[in-house]
Amino acid sequence: MSTTTTEVRAADAGTRGTQRLTFAKAINLGLRRALESDPRVLLMGEDIGKLGGVFRVTDGLQKDFGEDRVVDTPLAESGIVGTAIGLALRGYRPVCEIQFDGFVFPAFDQITTQLSKMHYRSQGRLTLPVVIRIPYGGGIGAVEHHSESPEVLFAHTAGLRVVSPSSPVEAYRMIQQSITSPDPVIFFEPKGRYWEKGDVDLDAPADGPLLDKARVVRAGADVTVVAYGPTVQTALKAAEAAAAEGTSIEVVDLRALSPLDTATVAESVRRTGRCVVVHEAPVLYGTGGEVAARITEECFYHLQAPVLRVGGFHAPYPVAKVEHDYLPGLDRVLDAVERALAF
Amino acid sequence: MSQTSPPTDDGLVQLLTPTGERVPHPDLDARVAHLDADGLRALYRDMVLVRRFDTEATSLQRQGELALFAQGLGQEAAQIGSAHAMTPHDHVFPSYREHGVAHVRGVDLAQVLRLFRGIDHGGWDPVAHGFHLYTLVIGSHTLHATGYAMGLQRDGLVGTGDPERDAAVVVYFGDGATSQGDVNEALVFAAVNNAPVVFFCQNNQWAISEPTTKQARVPLADRGPGFGVPSVRVDGNDVLATYAVTQQALERARTGGGPTFIEAFTYRMGAHTTSDDPTRYRTSAEEEYWRRRDPIDRLRLHLEELGELSAEFVEQVADEADALGERIRTEVRAMGRPSSASMFEHVYATPHSVVEGERAWFERYEASFTDAGQSREGSHR
Repeated sequence: MSTTTTEVRAADAGTRGTQRLTFAKAINLGLRRALESDPRVLLMGEDIGKLGGVFRVTDGLQKDFGEDRVVDTPLAESGIVGTAIGLALRGYRPVCEIQFDGFVFPAFDQITTQLSKMHYRSQGRLTLPVVIRIPYGGGIGAVEHHSESPEVLFAHTAGLRVVSPSSPVEAYRMIQQSITSPDPVIFFEPKGRYWEKGDVDLDAPADGPLLDKARVVRAGADVTVVAYGPTVQTALKAAEAAAAEGTSIEVVDLRALSPLDTATVAESVRRTGRCVVVHEAPVLYGTGGEVAARITEECFYHLQAPVLRVGGFHAPYPVAKVEHDYLPGLDRVLDAVERALAF
Repeated sequence: MSQTSPPTDDGLVQLLTPTGERVPHPDLDARVAHLDADGLRALYRDMVLVRRFDTEATSLQRQGELALFAQGLGQEAAQIGSAHAMTPHDHVFPSYREHGVAHVRGVDLAQVLRLFRGIDHGGWDPVAHGFHLYTLVIGSHTLHATGYAMGLQRDGLVGTGDPERDAAVVVYFGDGATSQGDVNEALVFAAVNNAPVVFFCQNNQWAISEPTTKQARVPLADRGPGFGVPSVRVDGNDVLATYAVTQQALERARTGGGPTFIEAFTYRMGAHTTSDDPTRYRTSAEEEYWRRRDPIDRLRLHLEELGELSAEFVEQVADEADALGERIRTEVRAMGRPSSASMFEHVYATPHSVVEGERAWFERYEASFTDAGQSREGSHR
């Protein structure tokens, strides 16, 4: 994970063309682009300066953009988001880093009672272009409060956009678009994928409906598997494995939980007749339930099986030694696919 | 066991005694020296007007015209004095009882009542008035104020030496709010950033039914220095003193001297809101004690002592207050209900397919009654 200074310089010097980058580096370069293109963009968070963040996502940025734009804040999450709101009211575009998913809750009040509602309360007079980056999800062998998936708590709150990229190139483009959005965006980064690499076209503009529309990642005919963030890769692996046994899986990456793009999912399910939703977050009251309800309403007569959900259990995120039995891995996804086909 | 000793009024900055005598103060006299009789009468006028607004709004609530009202009765000097110390380019973050400050910032007081009537969540333009919307979650806005002040620093509007450019922020909150984590975090952020923000705590002795002794074992002003924020205790019912200490703190903030914590020691003479019943938790003797320290009486006595309060002026202000009351009554009663579909407006600044879908469904649903020739008036909703 740790990149040497030489490597950073080399990467920063060559921020053109298509490069093979880790997820973390892709976000880093997306943040760099945003800082370069708009002097009102600020990064705020704990340890994001000299250290470059505990995951090094902000590596090298304070050195190049200064302490007033890449701000090491006091260790107070509510304070980070609350002061970001004030800065946004003054015309700035703060990008806050919450160090880990389980540490967002001190800021939950500011996010849900203040950030999400201020545009509405002011009848559109005030806009709050604040991005809150949250590394989320498990699989990295961490201690408690470091592996959770609280995204639905935010998607349930009107006024927030909630998104999660599934690959380095998506992350590079989606972080830039999130920062230019006039709405508050909760940007969930799948920390278990930070070290995975992918090709990123650094010259591609961050345009298109990246925060609004789901995308079909792999075409298929028998079952639609819906995923977002860290589980898109799991779904793709499942599709690969199923293909070897003659089952054709279509993989849909939601990208956003708010807004939830039901249309793209429904279009797929009308063709496949079957749908499985996969996420790390607990199943109870989760995205899978919401997708299932909406798909049932939209294309009931196309369904040949109930919409099935694969996700976390209604238990606190477990200790590291058993976390892989909690997480929806390849086998659990394939099991659900088989159940959908057998119905 | 909780501490039960009464709140102390030791160490309060005071320029006017409760009977209106001017007390000299070595540091602050110069700050009020320019307030001639006209200046003092302007303060008197504003206090009388906002008190009349308060009475009128309370009556409107009793008549069923407002769902709720939060009275400012008794806190006129704290609000009018501090608000007069600001310049137009300063920015205010109020709590929800700062009607006096709203008035001085040019917000039409009828607009304030839209919130309490259930028409909107704050009908004024926060940017035009330098007066943010009311914040009902206790203490949350102290962080917004601090962030805004950090923005002023980045905009190069602090310590330029040009009074036309330099700006600062004032945030109002109460004694109860000082226990909130957000207020404490705001003091941390303001201190380490040396942010140009004035923390104006109106200690009105009561957080609904809880006395200040439930929030602190020390005077609230003592909160500041532990954060590295200098503080001052001021007699909050003395309009000259609140003016002077706020002006001093603002000058410090604007010139790059950093934040100040002001504890304005005052009293909520009314209820917390029109839904509250103070007879359940405090004595009439206590209310009487504070009635004898009424902020308007104090300035009136001072002006009379100076021979600068003519019967004509008093009558003129009374007439103005009557006119304000009548206008508030008329305008509030004429405020119509917003359209139901307005609940979908401004949820987001950019199109959001879920909101659009639900709105379209709702409008079809509403139209289905009209198409069928039915009226939904009076029906279940």
